[in-house]
Amino acid sequence: MVKPVADTAKPLLDVRGLKIGATVYPPDAKPHDITIVDGVSFTLEKGKVLGLIGESGAGKSTIGLSALGYGRGGVRITGGEVFLNGRDILKGGMPVLRSLRGKEVCYVSQSAAASFNPAFKLIDQVVEATVRHGVLDRSAAEERAIELFRVLSLPDPETIGSRYPHQVSGGQLQRVMTAMALCSEPDLIVFDEPTTALDVTTQIDVLAAIKDAIKRTSVAALYITHDLAVVAQVSDEIMVLRQGKTVEHGAVKQIIEAPREDYTKALVSVRAIKHKEQIPSGEPFLKVENITAAYGGGTVKVLKDVSVDVYEGQTLAVVGESGSGKSTLARVITGLLPPLEGRITFDGNELPKALKDRSKEELRQLQMIYQMADVAMNPRQTVGTIIGRPLEFYFGLRGADRDKRVNELLEEIEMGTGYIDRYPAELSGGQKQRVCIARALAAKPKLIICDEVTSALDPLVADGILKLLLNLQKIENVSYLFITHDLATVKAIADSIAIMYQGELARYGTKTDVLKPPFDDYTDLLLSSVPEMKIGWLEEAIQSRRMDSAGN
Amino acid sequence: MFRKIPLSAMIGMLLTSIFLFAAIFAPWIAPYSMTDSSASVWEPFSSAHWLGTDNLGRDLLSRMIFGARTTIFIAAMATFLSFTLGSVLGLAAAVIGGWFDMLMSRFVDLLMSIPTLIFALVVLSVLPSNLITLILLMGILDSTRVYRLSRAVAVDLNVMDFVEAAKLRGEGRMWIIFREILPNALSPLVAELGLRFIFQVLFLSALSFLGLGVQPPEADWGGMVKENKDGIVFGIPAALIPAAAIAILAISVNLIADWVLNRTTDLKGGRSG
Amino acid sequence: MQTSLLTLVAQRLALGFLLLLAVSLLIFVGTNILPGDVAEAILGQSATPESLANLRRDLGLNDPAYIRYFNWLGGIATGDLGNALTNGSNISEAVGKRLFNTLFLAGTAAVISVPLAILLGLIAVRYRNRWPDKMISGLTLTSISLPEFFIGYLLIYFGAVKFGWFPSVATVYDSMGFWERLNIVALPALTLTLVVLAHMMRMTRAAILNVMQSAYVETAELKGLSAFNVIRKHAFPNAIAPIVNVVMLNLAYLIVGVVVVEVIFVYPGMGQYLVDHVAKRDVPVVQACGLIFAAFFIGLNLVADIVAIATNPRIRHPK
Repeated sequence: MVKPVADTAKPLLDVRGLKIGATVYPPDAKPHDITIVDGVSFTLEKGKVLGLIGESGAGKSTIGLSALGYGRGGVRITGGEVFLNGRDILKGGMPVLRSLRGKEVCYVSQSAAASFNPAFKLIDQVVEATVRHGVLDRSAAEERAIELFRVLSLPDPETIGSRYPHQVSGGQLQRVMTAMALCSEPDLIVFDEPTTALDVTTQIDVLAAIKDAIKRTSVAALYITHDLAVVAQVSDEIMVLRQGKTVEHGAVKQIIEAPREDYTKALVSVRAIKHKEQIPSGEPFLKVENITAAYGGGTVKVLKDVSVDVYEGQTLAVVGESGSGKSTLARVITGLLPPLEGRITFDGNELPKALKDRSKEELRQLQMIYQMADVAMNPRQTVGTIIGRPLEFYFGLRGADRDKRVNELLEEIEMGTGYIDRYPAELSGGQKQRVCIARALAAKPKLIICDEVTSALDPLVADGILKLLLNLQKIENVSYLFITHDLATVKAIADSIAIMYQGELARYGTKTDVLKPPFDDYTDLLLSSVPEMKIGWLEEAIQSRRMDSAGN
Repeated sequence: MFRKIPLSAMIGMLLTSIFLFAAIFAPWIAPYSMTDSSASVWEPFSSAHWLGTDNLGRDLLSRMIFGARTTIFIAAMATFLSFTLGSVLGLAAAVIGGWFDMLMSRFVDLLMSIPTLIFALVVLSVLPSNLITLILLMGILDSTRVYRLSRAVAVDLNVMDFVEAAKLRGEGRMWIIFREILPNALSPLVAELGLRFIFQVLFLSALSFLGLGVQPPEADWGGMVKENKDGIVFGIPAALIPAAAIAILAISVNLIADWVLNRTTDLKGGRSG
Repeated sequence: MQTSLLTLVAQRLALGFLLLLAVSLLIFVGTNILPGDVAEAILGQSATPESLANLRRDLGLNDPAYIRYFNWLGGIATGDLGNALTNGSNISEAVGKRLFNTLFLAGTAAVISVPLAILLGLIAVRYRNRWPDKMISGLTLTSISLPEFFIGYLLIYFGAVKFGWFPSVATVYDSMGFWERLNIVALPALTLTLVVLAHMMRMTRAAILNVMQSAYVETAELKGLSAFNVIRKHAFPNAIAPIVNVVMLNLAYLIVGVVVVEVIFVYPGMGQYLVDHVAKRDVPVVQACGLIFAAFFIGLNLVADIVAIATNPRIRHPK
């Protein structure tokens, strides 16, 4: 599988002054053109991996797709040159692009589940490009495909190809798509956030499989992601992008250990928040005891005998992957899903199990913040109304008194008073989440449940929100039940940790206790799956694994 | 507000206003009365009769103006009925859920299994074709479509986090329906209002054309087509005029509805909403 | 694997049948909702106590409602749709010929409009947001708003009277040959086509666009497949179900449009039959025709449903 060494004088991919733009059609204004990528240049040698990193809107996917001469959804390449194997692919028209797509350059998308045609078997789609471009005949292509399935650690490599996309899990599909990209022995593969949609424990497997396959086939790769820790594991070089421009470009070691630009420094030091762990003392004011809950009238048990405590002014982090039951726990505590067994005690009194049986005062003490701030606010209400409603509803504040308090809250969330008349659509992602925090605070609750509140935000914005939450905790002495799948966040802000796995508590205790070995199998798997900003971390993690991931 | 209205919507609004004007001020602007049949039959266009005369020698222009009144009035009333009935029931079904939702939705599915025109014909074979019956029939039959739309919109909204946030706060049902769901449901519903009106105009005209809608001597445009249709075979275009009027009214309202729909396709707020 | 598909199809058929039964009940109720009774409504002003009693006896109105309903249903099951009130003729006989005429007309319109709608939908998607698309969109917006009689009489005025290409009245009789029939049916079929085309075109465009914008079509393009192959191999198999769905829904709409068109052109089909007898308050005929139209409507929607199930890979190949 080792390719003959070719002419190394010319780089494989040479991008010069690439400009990409698009036309936007806002509903109320005239359509106008915007620039997405503004003069980006880089080269990539054969067999090397370049990581493209940046936050959303930085233009990294667009640049990756330009290596195939493709613009998604009305996006066009408006300037610059892209040389692949010595020729400018932008100048040849469709025939040139068709000849190199699937043969010299291949693409692995973010969501393999959507990228496969639901009507055909996997093997047909995996070998399609190879056969069409005449690289191999059908049976040779199939053999190669099965070999690639084996290399990528897919289960049943001989037979998995005869299945349909919906019969295979997400993590497996991502690997099948990688096999599809490798099958025609291309010179370059563009990986577009291939592990972002996967569970953290599966991500490591797929990442290792990709890295291994790249090494074996000596293919060059563009690896696009927003997670610096991930990209540090697979790349030789890293290019940091921001709003369509290059911020910094260098070898992986230099970027991670000695970043030059401020923006890069901020990205590298993400989640390095300092928070002194608080020791629980006295009585917990929220006691969750032996909760068992189920959906569908008791048939599908989603929580089994879960008991946790939350202490005043402290943060309990509930960690788990999809299907662990962490969000369900929140629904039980808020009363949306009455449990089958167990009870919840708040401030010494038992809480009624169902929402409708609770008093206004009980409801006021428990507030919730959601993952997607866009849909957590009524788009037709102003910021003032959104924050002001709890003030009216719980405290009867009206008119000027209410507005005064709203302004105070706006100051607390570090947004100025000028925002009181704005609508949610006019705010950025981070600002929307801040308004949701203010809304929760307005009720002066004792406990705020944060349901994956930073998962949908860019790393730097998420950092800001976490810092804000910690600040507010000190000022208002409010407790948090922080639900997340991101261990890095947990390490930064938690006082106690509850690790959940398939509806049960795998591990529970103070932060130091939980994070101190020896671990049970699942905790070990989880903890070892969080990429660290360290070169060579991936290899260590794979070696020390004891349990297999679920493959989701 | 006037800065960004496209040409098509402006044309639509202009034409619709002309029709509305004619409908409202009919008795004052029609040159002849509705039943004055002094002239000869099917006269061509002249200065005395701008659109000529109809099959009984009546001034076509005047009949058209009064016809506008009848057509638009009945269609509007039917639309109002179908809309209030359909949206209230649809919103309620989505928010209350349970057996109410199931029962209503099954019943609506059943009603929609029969083509509207066919069902109307079946019912009109035993009921008298007076104003009240027509409006009730048209309104109830069309409310099924409005029901489905408003229920779908409300169900989508009901599961949104901001509605759940309101529930968790302890807000009552009234608040949730009127302050959380309804303001966001209005845009798609308002766009649909125009389309429903057009449908009622066309439906009423079809019924009258078949002789089962508005009965003589009252005239709506559909009935006028029926009265004058025999002339077509002899080359008299009189029947085409009310038919064209229906078409123009429908097109103009469609242009406005299209514009409203394009402006409010996503669930965004903002000042323009 | 196949059994689950068959069970689903069988379920749908059973549901469809139940629906038809429910619709028959609805139709029956619909014709009996007057507070007075049918006999009074029919005789109207000229009702005398004896004529009312006679008519009631003739109509079988003295039996309670549910007995009349089951009698009617029983008759239908054996193919007997009853007799017309106005002239006592056998409804099943009359319906037989007329149904054929209506289906001929509807079929002709369908054969022209369906391929045309798909073709125009493809063109609109290929040249999306450019002038062919905008023009097609504009034309369909206009034609949706045109009442059938406007198009119909316009066609008669120009096609038959002024230019004499086609006959203006569409009388057909049994002994007509195929081409002669086609000539007669040309204008009504054209009218129907124009009406249905507008609705169908918007929906085919939306269905095709939806498929073309899927991620897997993008994957096929990024594999360097030719445009033809992308559409043929990847887009087309997944577009069949939504397009069939659109076509079926609009054919159901065609059934309704046929009624007005038959009246315009005085064409001896089911629509004309129904309308004539509604005016005469001939309840048995109206009930029978209503049921037949509803049956076709339900049947076409059922076909759309079944095609959607049969082409869904998740159902054909369960996990």
